[in-house]
Amino acid sequence: MRFIFKTSYDRDIDLAKHGGHRFWYSLLLALLVAAPWIVDEYWLSQFSFILIYGIVGLGLMLLAGFTGLFSLGHAAFLGVGAYTEAVLAAKGWPFPLSMACAMGLSASVGVVVGLPALRVKGIYLGIATLAFGFIVEEVLARWDGVTGGNAGMTVKGVDVFGWKLASSEAFYWLCLALALLATLAVLNVLRSPTGRAFVAIRDSEISAQSMGIHLARYKSLSFAISAALAGLGGALYAHKISFLSPDQFNIVQSIDLLLLVVIGGLGSVHGAFLGAIFLIAMPQLIALGKDFLPASIGQAAGLQAVVYGTVLIAFVLFEPMGLYGRWLKIRTWLQLVPFYRKGLFKRQKSFQKSDRVR
Amino acid sequence: MQFVQIIISGMAQGCIYGLIALGFVLIYKATETVTFAQGDLMMVGAFIGLACMTFMGFPYWLAVLTSIAGMALLGFATERLVIRPILGEPAFSIVMLTVGIGYVGRGLITMIPSIGTETHALPVPYKDIAFTFWGLLLAAEQIVIIGTTALLCTLLFVLFRYTRIGVAMQAASQNQIAAYYMGIPVKKLNSLVWALASMVAAVAGLLLAPITFVHANMGLIGLKAFPAAVVGGFGSLPGAIVGGLVIGVVESLSGFYLPEGFKDIAAYVVVLIMLMVRPNGLFGERLRKKV
Repeated sequence: MRFIFKTSYDRDIDLAKHGGHRFWYSLLLALLVAAPWIVDEYWLSQFSFILIYGIVGLGLMLLAGFTGLFSLGHAAFLGVGAYTEAVLAAKGWPFPLSMACAMGLSASVGVVVGLPALRVKGIYLGIATLAFGFIVEEVLARWDGVTGGNAGMTVKGVDVFGWKLASSEAFYWLCLALALLATLAVLNVLRSPTGRAFVAIRDSEISAQSMGIHLARYKSLSFAISAALAGLGGALYAHKISFLSPDQFNIVQSIDLLLLVVIGGLGSVHGAFLGAIFLIAMPQLIALGKDFLPASIGQAAGLQAVVYGTVLIAFVLFEPMGLYGRWLKIRTWLQLVPFYRKGLFKRQKSFQKSDRVR
Repeated sequence: MQFVQIIISGMAQGCIYGLIALGFVLIYKATETVTFAQGDLMMVGAFIGLACMTFMGFPYWLAVLTSIAGMALLGFATERLVIRPILGEPAFSIVMLTVGIGYVGRGLITMIPSIGTETHALPVPYKDIAFTFWGLLLAAEQIVIIGTTALLCTLLFVLFRYTRIGVAMQAASQNQIAAYYMGIPVKKLNSLVWALASMVAAVAGLLLAPITFVHANMGLIGLKAFPAAVVGGFGSLPGAIVGGLVIGVVESLSGFYLPEGFKDIAAYVVVLIMLMVRPNGLFGERLRKKV
């Protein structure tokens, strides 16, 4: 067991709570930086995808996991970011500028979408964002002067003021650096008054409001930050996939992103990356498992959907805190080993709460 | 004349949206959960009907009854096995759960060899028949859809107004705890509501099948039923049908008078405007949370 001896109030909000955190996260960072020398080209590309989805997942986690606002149209922000980046890169803008534009445009779109969030909540907000996602997809498909329409458009390589990041190692490091920055930014937001306000809104809007939190401002802010991160992820995604078409940003992508945050664990920063690992690794695992199944099952087209659906159902039923929740349980068990009690993480069954009871 | 013609075809499409929305609203009213699996339930219903007619050689009416009964069982079982254990959890968990159910349903249908991956036409007896009234050309499919929807609404009205079980469902949907204290078996009713919603979905699927085709992704039309439910007010049964009609008519009008592309997003534009102007919908009750 570990006892943390705090000698100042600042230690309450330290990013690394104790030496163990510092050691393990430094080791993880070192391994990630060294990854191009350890793994081969294919896995490096998968790592880049994990980092990109991790960034987008962080944005959605901030919105859904920490502010309690659910977006069923998050792929739209991803799409806005990706297309902005692609168009500006084609005009020869350097990457840092075009990336900032992609983030800015996504964020402003996020604020616009957040406007209905000020009046509606719960499922209505979900439907508003769903509707918005469909509209953006249609705009991307129809505005073919800029986006190339359904025929799609190719994306040029990354160009940082004339310094071209052509190799996949360089692109991986770019993703890693941006993912690290995004994670630090989100962690810092979360331990600041702004982040505390987000969590307060999630837990109870009415009590947050009575504590003097300006709901409209903080909800819009949450949408803006979340959309900006999605835009950043979109910009990287555009370069990574190097060919964009509107159907990459449809409802299925939005649901995949929600799947990411739910399976990773709602309300945890780790969850965004764990979910991203799941989302990228799952098709690979299914492909591996296919060889062991009889051909009539293994080669069927719907196998992936069945596996995704089953995993999702299983997580919601048995592990609502997601992969990170499972890790928390394992860690607590390791820390308390002879004294671990089974009921430590037992959920309280509440009677169904109704908004309609007057 | 052309205008009326467009309105009628929009109404037929709108009835389908309305029927799917009716399923959402039934489940939402009874259990306060929003289901994303309704469209996929509809798809499964259409496939059961198809399987009965083409592979087992049932006559049309028997296939319809089998499909409705099968879906009722399926809905009942789904609620019992998957939904009931997590009642009382945050609403979002349940939404994701229904998304998962939808995925599994769609995947399983696709996995059926040589049936699931193809599109099929449902051989209904009223195919390719059309009538002409005062210069209006009415396809039999449209008449059947509108007529069946009207009939189904009457049946549901009678169920909720005059039968014991319907009144109990209303009570449970207004206040679950109070209904429970009054001796109403709330949990059993929830299962029945899911069965009822699945039956409505089966009807919608069988009505839609002759217009489009039967295929594994036909459930995606369920996403257009959400706007219908919101326009009508998410807790109102007549609202769902009216909302569906509004969405259907707006869609077919914009398909005719506006440039290409507007037809697909008309429903979503309508719902965004509705949410900004009147978030509670046309028939919705005013919700105000008490502390």
